[in-house]
Amino acid sequence: MKHITVLGAAIALAGSLVAGSASAADITGAGATFPAPVYQAWAVAYKEKTGTGLNYQSIGSGAGQTQIFNRTVDFGASDAPVATDKLAQQKLLQFPAVIGSVVPIVNLDGIESNKLKLTGPVLADIYLGKIKKWNDKAIADLNPGVSLPDQGIVPTYRSDGSGTTYVFATYLADVSPEWKSKVGAATSVSWPAGAGGKGNEGVAGTVKNTKGAIGYVEYIYASANSLVTVQLQNKAGKFVSPTVPAFQAAAANADWANAKDFAASMINTPGDTTWPITSATFILLPKEPKSAAQAKEVMNFFDWAFKNGDSIAEKLHYIPLPTDVADRVRAAWKSEIVADGKPVWSN
Amino acid sequence: MSATMTGLSGDGVQAVSIGAAKPVGRLADRVFVGLLWGCGIFVLVLLGLIIAMLFHGGLPAFRAFGLDFLWTATWNPVTENFGALVMIYGTIFSAIIAVVVALPLSFGIAFFLTEIAPPVLRRPIGVAVQLLAAVPSIIYGMWGFFIISPLMAAYVQPPLIEWLGPIPVIGDLFQGPALGGGMLTAGLIMAVMILPFITAMFVETLESIPPMLKESAYGVGATTFEVYKNISVPFGRTAMVGAIMLGLGRALGETMAVTFVIGNATRLSASLFAPGATIASTIANEFPEAAQGTLKLDSLLALGFILFVISFIVLALSRYLVRSNLKS
Repeated sequence: MKHITVLGAAIALAGSLVAGSASAADITGAGATFPAPVYQAWAVAYKEKTGTGLNYQSIGSGAGQTQIFNRTVDFGASDAPVATDKLAQQKLLQFPAVIGSVVPIVNLDGIESNKLKLTGPVLADIYLGKIKKWNDKAIADLNPGVSLPDQGIVPTYRSDGSGTTYVFATYLADVSPEWKSKVGAATSVSWPAGAGGKGNEGVAGTVKNTKGAIGYVEYIYASANSLVTVQLQNKAGKFVSPTVPAFQAAAANADWANAKDFAASMINTPGDTTWPITSATFILLPKEPKSAAQAKEVMNFFDWAFKNGDSIAEKLHYIPLPTDVADRVRAAWKSEIVADGKPVWSN
Repeated sequence: MSATMTGLSGDGVQAVSIGAAKPVGRLADRVFVGLLWGCGIFVLVLLGLIIAMLFHGGLPAFRAFGLDFLWTATWNPVTENFGALVMIYGTIFSAIIAVVVALPLSFGIAFFLTEIAPPVLRRPIGVAVQLLAAVPSIIYGMWGFFIISPLMAAYVQPPLIEWLGPIPVIGDLFQGPALGGGMLTAGLIMAVMILPFITAMFVETLESIPPMLKESAYGVGATTFEVYKNISVPFGRTAMVGAIMLGLGRALGETMAVTFVIGNATRLSASLFAPGATIASTIANEFPEAAQGTLKLDSLLALGFILFVISFIVLALSRYLVRSNLKS
């Protein structure tokens, strides 16, 4: 009998704890892993300010989409933009939250960071398995004065489905017709050559372990771990190093005005200083929310993040949305998110 | 939940302590037997539901690709063209490598422990082997990725590629760049992981050999090796088959450690050093980004179903082999 009482008390206590941690005002989100650090950092600062918490599960874009399709969370998050017809069918509004970049990394004796120059087509040929040696003429011609070893190239990629792969493969498809027809772009693709590692750390580790390897990771990961990055030729024909100003240039030069569902391409955007592999990560919000109050809370959160979250994002090496894009997002909230015939967002 | 607790901790105990109270005892007994039935049926229902769920989920993939799904070597998420051959091959090939490596090693350990080891060493080595089983899969993965792969890339693969690569036929197994990871590395890591299970079964078998048999063998002047060859191995043959199958079963489903070292390429290659993929590693890699209602998710569930079928066949085969061995 005593045991049962204790058990009952324990269950009651556990129940109250669960209820306490997820009070009605807290918002829930699930999806992409790439922006998870900045969402979580924003959430901490936002909770201090307003008392409203955010419970964000970084379970991957695909799983995040599934959760918002089933309306088990207040918002979903996806690295790759969702197709327009799918958004319409699921009655979802898509908007960008923050911007990130993908950078190639290499492991070559005597090559320091941002010393090696590559072009998009050369990078695509490396990943197609057509350029097999580092002293190949195509690479040597781009790098006069750099001594390149007679070493096999090992292309390394993300083995897990990821937004990073989506962005990188989209870039390769943009610069190489052969890549576009043979491989294409998605969160995971059928790689013609090389080996895969799980996650950014898996790619970085494989590159580190293998002499002559080349890989690609998110910039935030490369900068935090001081990996050896390369220069890439952008659309204007200039070689640029992966730096925050180069990413900001990409965001500023994207065609936001004509982008459907905010899926503006930041791949190979024009501009002399633009880094060519940049992309936004997206939020998915129901257009006819079950609970208008919860939807409002989500919009309040991102409104606050767009206004006050830039320094947090930059500290974590993300690129904040340009102000005019944030304004476009607010306008979309006002016109698209409706409950009982009235717009939920009125600020 | 609370009803279950009452049944177990309340009446059950009472029935034992107050044996005289017959009517209560009989009721308690009936409840107890019912609970046991429940436990047994629960396993069946659970297993049935899992199989049904995997099959139902994978059905769209089987419908879309037909039986070709089993022997198509493409896995292309862009064109949504999926086939399981690379993963089936990788799963079976890496598991066989693991068993081939682990088998002689664990038989050696088991024989050493039961026959040769001085009692002072027996316990530490036995505990060490058991502890290998307690190391989490992800730790093996990290060990394989950070320690074993670089060693393989530096010292094992280059000479093998150079020496054995040019030989016809056998050379096909030793091709490609020395990446460190790949099929062989995955098999080696798994060999260490299944070692404790196979060893434990061997030890048990060897201990069950009637001492008289071995003593008489030693008595007529047999050497340790002769006892090993003529007594222990024949006697343990049945258990050996069981142990192989148990190890194989574990290796087939191993996920985390394999994902770290196998190289994760959905291309078919005969080379031991080429990156490959297993069913479990593919599911682990692709599942988070497979959205609901896509052929990709269906295909992953179909892969899960195939893994289930492979494991079932291995289990059934081991039962059959053990039984036919027992008869003879």
